[in-house]
Amino acid sequence: MAKGGAEVPRLAGGPAGWISVLIPAVLFAWFAQFLGPVAAGDTPLIGFDWVPSMGIRLEMLIDGLSLTFALLITGIGTLVTLYTTSYLGKHPEYPRFVLYLMTFMVGMLGLVLSDNLIALFVFWEVTTISSYLLIGFTSDSAKSRRSALQALLVTGTGGLALLAGMILLGQAAGTYSLAEIRTMGDAIRDHAQYEAILILFLAGAFTKSAQFPFHFWLPNAMAAPTPVSAYLHSATMVKGGVYLMARMNPTLGGTEPWFWALIIAGGFTTVFASFLAIRQTDIKQVLAYTTLMALGALTLFIGAGSSDAIKAAMIFLVVHSLYKAALFLMIGIVDHEAGTREVADLRGLARKMPITFIAGALAAISMAGIPPFFGFIGKEFLYKAGLEADVATLWITGTIFAASVLMFVAAGISVARPFLGRLPERFKDVHEGPFPMWIGPFLLGALSLYMGIYSDIPEIWLVGPATDAVYGSDVSVDLYLFREVNEAFILSMITFAVGFVLYLGHGWLRTLLARTITANPIKFDPGWDRVLDGVKGLAEWQTRYLQSGVLTRYVFIIFATFALATGFTLWAQDALNFRLDLAAELEGLLFKHWAVLLFITAGAILTALTGSRMTAIAALGVVGIGVALIFIMFSAPDVAITQLLVETLVVVLVAVAMLKLPHLAVRTVEPNRPFHAILAIAVGTITTLVLVAVLQGDLDLRLTEYFNETSYYEAFGSNIVNVILVDFRALDTFGEIAVVVIAALSAYALLRGTRYGTIREDTDTGPTREEEDRI
Amino acid sequence: MMNSIILNAATRLLVALLLLFSVYMLLRGHNLPGGGFIGGLIGSTGFILYAIALGPEACRKALNFEPQNIAMIGLGISLGAGIYPVFFDDAFFTGQWWFIGDRASGDYIPISSVLFFDIGVYLVVFGSILTLVLALEEEV
Repeated sequence: MAKGGAEVPRLAGGPAGWISVLIPAVLFAWFAQFLGPVAAGDTPLIGFDWVPSMGIRLEMLIDGLSLTFALLITGIGTLVTLYTTSYLGKHPEYPRFVLYLMTFMVGMLGLVLSDNLIALFVFWEVTTISSYLLIGFTSDSAKSRRSALQALLVTGTGGLALLAGMILLGQAAGTYSLAEIRTMGDAIRDHAQYEAILILFLAGAFTKSAQFPFHFWLPNAMAAPTPVSAYLHSATMVKGGVYLMARMNPTLGGTEPWFWALIIAGGFTTVFASFLAIRQTDIKQVLAYTTLMALGALTLFIGAGSSDAIKAAMIFLVVHSLYKAALFLMIGIVDHEAGTREVADLRGLARKMPITFIAGALAAISMAGIPPFFGFIGKEFLYKAGLEADVATLWITGTIFAASVLMFVAAGISVARPFLGRLPERFKDVHEGPFPMWIGPFLLGALSLYMGIYSDIPEIWLVGPATDAVYGSDVSVDLYLFREVNEAFILSMITFAVGFVLYLGHGWLRTLLARTITANPIKFDPGWDRVLDGVKGLAEWQTRYLQSGVLTRYVFIIFATFALATGFTLWAQDALNFRLDLAAELEGLLFKHWAVLLFITAGAILTALTGSRMTAIAALGVVGIGVALIFIMFSAPDVAITQLLVETLVVVLVAVAMLKLPHLAVRTVEPNRPFHAILAIAVGTITTLVLVAVLQGDLDLRLTEYFNETSYYEAFGSNIVNVILVDFRALDTFGEIAVVVIAALSAYALLRGTRYGTIREDTDTGPTREEEDRI
Repeated sequence: MMNSIILNAATRLLVALLLLFSVYMLLRGHNLPGGGFIGGLIGSTGFILYAIALGPEACRKALNFEPQNIAMIGLGISLGAGIYPVFFDDAFFTGQWWFIGDRASGDYIPISSVLFFDIGVYLVVFGSILTLVLALEEEV
């Protein structure tokens, strides 16, 4: 903090804290200016050329959907970062955390704003990687490392599928621009590769949004610090998959496979997750599973695809982001102040933490779907869309009914239990959290109430434009709290009644669920361990066989592979089908050619037969120099000079290394090594055959001619070899010199490592599997 | 390290000559046989000779910089030469040329980003080989 800055409120975390709050706040204000144009039906495209040669433009597509997401990301981002200044501001690694969080925010914004599919993928991966870093932030805990890796592998694998799907889609559509692709939905749906594209896209979306059976990583990801759970794993990142499905709805949606895949996966995830939510005793885990439930519901309704269903999904998207972020932040405060998140321990905190209680209560009432909160509107529209669905009406309505009832119970568990009742002795000294912490959940909770009462606001600015963008054409959106007593309203009343009864009996319900779950033989999280163990076992097995650590064996394997693969190709391609007139070939050779041949052959024979290492190396040098002479004769001076120098250096390097080698006992060196001899002869023969076969065909001289013509006039150099290296193919050369540096550094590290013997044994015993019944 | 008077005496002369020659090869590379790769190899040979004659420690002292840093700086120069054209609306790694003097009469000195790229290659090869050789020699 600067001196004399007394009027500036102190923020724990210092400059990093201020920056982390200001960036999302400024971005939020910037995005807010688009609310007007987008509500008026405009979709601004802002961008610049990125890789013009491949037609890749970095373009932001701002429509109702992306704007809604962008505002949620930056708005909740501002509150979460403010919260973090208090929550983690004193942590020694706080600036690192801010860096990860900002990286994530950029990735997430890029993901929802990109117009280009490839750019979208790049940002998609940015969110995956930053999520990995954030989950594993407490890197000294084996559990959080495991969770981080699990999230990375599950979402990363889905990401690869998505990339493949995007490339297929790009090829099918002939463009990578989303703005263009979404206008050609009919052509894509009739395309021969539609099914493949669909499966790959859904693999990406389902892993990212933790749909069954890829759900298990999300509850584990809650090992991350609370702000991360609130921000990434509830409000934004996990909705990346939902965003993708919503974005692709005009393009891929509306078909039978799309419909069934989404409503089955979404519906199943919804019900499954809401039961598991009730089973948890850690309130953060309760919230984690209800997040899973919300993602399932969003998937379900995007899949259902009617204009009502899309509308309901978009309302629920906003509703959920508001209340869930607030609840996560609230439980973070409780954890921070009271030191526990266990349902069984927490009681009566309302007296000690009144503001946190109000914030939590506002959010929980919205979650339970009680009027006049925004959550009630969300639930009403979900019911309405479910009841009016043409197909699978019972499935959709039943699913959402079960989920709403259980959400009512979960809302009670998360807020009513810890805050109401008698205050236990151990929490006598607990006090209210600091302002930066409670302001976030408080504002979000208040917003849930505000948007419920003034439902015109979200209707005009957020939900309306978003629904249009997802549905692909204009949909009339009219949000209201109450208009008439209809089926949806009656269903809501039943929900409250059943929910209330179940809340009273939730202890009994939890025991019952725990028993059922323990009895269930299929467990995903331990299953994951088994898959990972299998992969590790395979890696270990192949390492033991291929990476034996014996240099002779490595060289043997490499050359044997070369001989077999090349020999097989020669045979399979029928490349040996030529007649070689040996006499005619040899006729043109001059004395100097014969001399060099003799020189090389003598060197090779000596290398093979000598018993001394030093002699062998020197003789091999002779072979190399002979080859250099050939290059000189056929006027390739650059290659010849390089060859000569490299040969010299190799002899020096190997000679130096030789001194280090242990002296082998005489018996261990076999003078006759038939396998090596056979291999050597095979490699020599095959190489010769390849070269002779190559010479049978006509050489394609187009490139040679091109470089001959252009190297002086366009690149101002008359040494074509050098001009190619440093100008025409400079990028290749750059790659090569980078490899040279890396190789040198690795070798250096290896030599130094063995010298000091500093490689320590990892004493980590791996993850603890304390919660065996977690699915 | 070898205690040979002849080698010691010859090395002092040869190192200077080899270094000079390596720079010569580097600079003429665009039009005649040579270039950064060959130059770097020749230059490193000079210091390897020095290390063999006077020991790796003396060689490190004479180098003044850690060889791995030289390699990294070379990589940086090459990358810089590649990025530079981007500021002139050209693609990555497009050669940029300046002709100092009168081009029409042929009385000019050509300088280019390509030359800087080649200098980077020189330093990478030079630094990498010395990194390896010195580490190996110290190991023994």
